[in-house]
Amino acid sequence: MIDIFKNSLKKKIVTRHIPEIEKIGAKLKAEIYKKFGRSFHIREVDTGSCNACESEIISITNPIYDIQRFGIDFVASPRHADALLITGPVSKNMLVALQKTYNAVPSPKFVITLGDCAKDGGLFKDSYYIAGPAEKIFDVSLHIPGCPPEPVDIMKHLLLFLSNLD
Amino acid sequence: MDFVNILKNIEYIQGVKIAGITQNHPDEVYIDVKEADFAKVCFGLHQSFNSPVMMLFASDQRIINNKFVICCVFLSTEFKKWFIIRINIDKKSPKFQSLAKDIYSASLFEREIKEQFGIEPQGNPDLRRLNLHDEVWPDGNYPLRKDFKLSGVEDTAANEYKFIRIEGDGIFEVPVGPVHAGIIGPGHFRFSAAGEPIINLEIRLGFTHKGIEKLFEGKKIKDAVELSECVSGDSVFSNSMAFCQAVEKVCEIKTPQKALITRAIFLELERMYNHVADMGGIAVDVGFTFPSMYASLIKEAILALNKELSGSRYLKNINAPGGINVDLSGSKKTILIDSLNSISKDFKELKNILFTSASFMDRVDKTGVLKRTTAMDLGVVGLAARACDIPLDLREVFGGVYDKVKFVPVKEKQGDVLARLSVRCSEFEESMRIIKEFLDILEKCENNLAVKFQPREGFGLGFTEGFRGPVLYWVEINKDGLIERCKIVDASFHNWQGLSYAVLGDIIPDFPVCNKSFNLSYSGNDL
Repeated sequence: MIDIFKNSLKKKIVTRHIPEIEKIGAKLKAEIYKKFGRSFHIREVDTGSCNACESEIISITNPIYDIQRFGIDFVASPRHADALLITGPVSKNMLVALQKTYNAVPSPKFVITLGDCAKDGGLFKDSYYIAGPAEKIFDVSLHIPGCPPEPVDIMKHLLLFLSNLD
Repeated sequence: MDFVNILKNIEYIQGVKIAGITQNHPDEVYIDVKEADFAKVCFGLHQSFNSPVMMLFASDQRIINNKFVICCVFLSTEFKKWFIIRINIDKKSPKFQSLAKDIYSASLFEREIKEQFGIEPQGNPDLRRLNLHDEVWPDGNYPLRKDFKLSGVEDTAANEYKFIRIEGDGIFEVPVGPVHAGIIGPGHFRFSAAGEPIINLEIRLGFTHKGIEKLFEGKKIKDAVELSECVSGDSVFSNSMAFCQAVEKVCEIKTPQKALITRAIFLELERMYNHVADMGGIAVDVGFTFPSMYASLIKEAILALNKELSGSRYLKNINAPGGINVDLSGSKKTILIDSLNSISKDFKELKNILFTSASFMDRVDKTGVLKRTTAMDLGVVGLAARACDIPLDLREVFGGVYDKVKFVPVKEKQGDVLARLSVRCSEFEESMRIIKEFLDILEKCENNLAVKFQPREGFGLGFTEGFRGPVLYWVEINKDGLIERCKIVDASFHNWQGLSYAVLGDIIPDFPVCNKSFNLSYSGNDL
């Protein structure tokens, strides 16, 4: 316990302040407060990604990027979510589970895709086992490109999209 | 004893005949046998080398040679060689004798061969599908056959997968997944519990199946490297390295020493960021958030370092057959050493916080025990095996550049979550040490990072010790210089079964921490 306390004092705040993100973030925080009742919650579904996208999504919640300070968080249940975040090209085996998860998200809801293979199947486009991409199944409001997109890019895209919502 | 004598012994004891022994590459021995002798020879090698089935795969050579071929791969740590038993299979009624009853570790591979090629492993008691789920894929379509056409596959399939049912008074089932509560890959877990303890766990995977092995076929080598980097996102480098190594073997390229050492450094960096993230993950799964956040800082530091050194956080686009395109001498060496020094300080703090917390130690100690004998039977490999006293580390077995830095493999005895945590911890420290030594050797190497490469016809086995364990690529290149067949085996494929045994007797709330302590890949398993 003492170690933890000493350590926190020594490390201080590690969050990286990137001016561009701080600016969008500040604006967004106000918007989210108004539009979404304080916070915007995302449910992530892996539909066959290689896991690199998941790793980067986890990264934006680490103390350095700390996306939670702008009111965005990832939740365990689709019932708590405002948006569905889809990674991967949608394999045949995941189609039903994905649709059920989508149905469980209360309306109004958004679908966001993340990573190159979520856009059009990417490298897996010609596979015999792809039922996607997601935009074939749902109305996709935002796509975050990259293989995988870096944490700063994910934040920029998310924040810009949310702050420009009507 | 020479290995030829061992083979003669097997011939004598099992009453079989080995048709031919060939050695294409110094560390690969191909043994040709008749289909009828296959199971016996495999069993003989399995016993003599004390090795699980490392790979078992088929390839469709009906167009060129009028037959299917099946290869079964064992590893001999004594001879430092891969032994590959090869049989031909008649194309009219494709079947072979199942190994699974004598060698359990062959079981999953046989199920895979059945669903992908339609070759029947006769005598295997469990032939349920793995990746091509019964609910979406109609019977009789075998995608890895060369004449497979997607247009011939009907859209409707309404079969159901049969789970193993545990019945009795007070026993209940808890199905979990495929969509889980975290930011994680998809898999279905079905627990049967009696009161609190888990008495059976069945893991159904395949949800991220993307037909990667089929996608490899017909690809140019350069494009195939890119695809290998998308097999498992947290093992990008171990996959591309194993693939490149296989191609280099086939094309008989002598990769420059400097490239080999640079690759080893990146492989260790990949191991480090994954190990530290898992240590944090184990902490968070017992509700101890502070060290997990601390670990995420170290992970982020290593990813940022990767980006600075190679231009990619996950080490993509730097490997190619023949060498690597990043030079780690000069200014990058200073960056790497400085970062390692600061990472090392942070890591000491993390280790201190974890190992001095009595409540944390109480949660991980003797939780999720995988017994050594069970692990041996299942063919568990890599980190999970080293945590239960099975000393198998390809870096040690095949040495190479690792011999120059006097690599010390890590081993623990208990086989519980704590043992797997400790293996990670010690491997992280060992990685830091050997990276520094590699950097010194790098200075003295001839300044050559890559050699020209020309594709050639042939086949070979590439292997690396990724952070989970062995990553194996068996690659066959055809006469046009394109990939004919590529079989990938990630350590996860062996180890998922280990997890289902490790949780027995524990309570369901302990499952997340047990799962995290294995941290197996969904994508690398499902392909």
